[in-house]
Amino acid sequence: MTGKQPFEQLVSQHGPAVLRVCRAVLGPVDADDAWSETFLSALQAYPQLPADANVEAWLVTIAHRKAIDIIRQARRTAVPVADVAVVAAPDDRDLDLPGSLARLPERQRFAVSYHYLAGLPYAEVAAIIGGTADAARRAASDGIANLRKTHGTVR
Amino acid sequence: MIMTTQDQDQHLADLFPPPPPDDVMAALHARLTVQAEAAGLLDVAYRTLDTPVGTLLLAATPAGLVRVAYEREGIDTVLERLARQVSPRILHAPQRLDGAARQLEEYFGGRRQRFDLPLDLALASGFRRSVLSYLPAIGYGHTASYQSVATAVHNPRAVRAVGTACATNPLPLVIPCHRVIRADGQLGAYLAGPEIKHQLLDLEAAV
Repeated sequence: MTGKQPFEQLVSQHGPAVLRVCRAVLGPVDADDAWSETFLSALQAYPQLPADANVEAWLVTIAHRKAIDIIRQARRTAVPVADVAVVAAPDDRDLDLPGSLARLPERQRFAVSYHYLAGLPYAEVAAIIGGTADAARRAASDGIANLRKTHGTVR
Repeated sequence: MIMTTQDQDQHLADLFPPPPPDDVMAALHARLTVQAEAAGLLDVAYRTLDTPVGTLLLAATPAGLVRVAYEREGIDTVLERLARQVSPRILHAPQRLDGAARQLEEYFGGRRQRFDLPLDLALASGFRRSVLSYLPAIGYGHTASYQSVATAVHNPRAVRAVGTACATNPLPLVIPCHRVIRADGQLGAYLAGPEIKHQLLDLEAAV
């Protein structure tokens, strides 16, 4: 590679995986908006991206920030202050996530999505969600164990 | 990976949302091009166009049409070069090329003799650029020799450089380098091959 790929290539190569990650983290309702905002921000920043950067990790990092924004927004707007039970619930029920993923704690959901869906190594996952690579590995494996428990057909 | 068998991987995959279908991605892509254009981030828009001389790549900056390329140059190669020479903010966004595509279709249908499009000559500089700026003066159905073009741009000895300017024309067809031929009446070279040059001059002579 002598130069940067046309941005169109990024969209066709990584667009489907990033959407899948957005859906796993946010659910189908908010995923499209997160995807659009991710790729628009990426397009803006792309000329400054170092040529040897891991493009997929970069895109997932941007998507993660967008997801956090959307989750915060959802909590602010959808949760009545008096409803203590909902405030205490860790499961982002207003995000309309697919069943078993919705029951995962947020950190596990991120770790599972970024490692198993986006295929990022744990060092990259840790860079995105914070903490060490080992902690990211534990979060992902706890997440998988939880998914197995709640997902009846999985042995 | 904590998974050991493909069977288990399949079960794991069932836990996640399925890969999005193509039409979903196409809709998101279309939305992205509109948002990118509105935000002033679409530095290069492109599309392809099927024509009697093969598939063409058309690319435009906000200033105008910046590149027309024949398939034999390699669509991907041309896009990579645009990423380097103009900007990597490139998206497949046909709407910006609607005018160019329509005028080229009219040209190939014998219904258009001159192009009326904003052009971006960013990919040509110096002497090449002055040659390219002159070429539209050679009217539809007419030809001029490399020598006469060199004279017209006030550099009568630069005959070979005129040839180079034609061979590296970033906007073939729209800037009619196919109308520049040898002084002895032979057609000479063309960036898409001499047979295409022949075909274009035939098309223009037939009307």
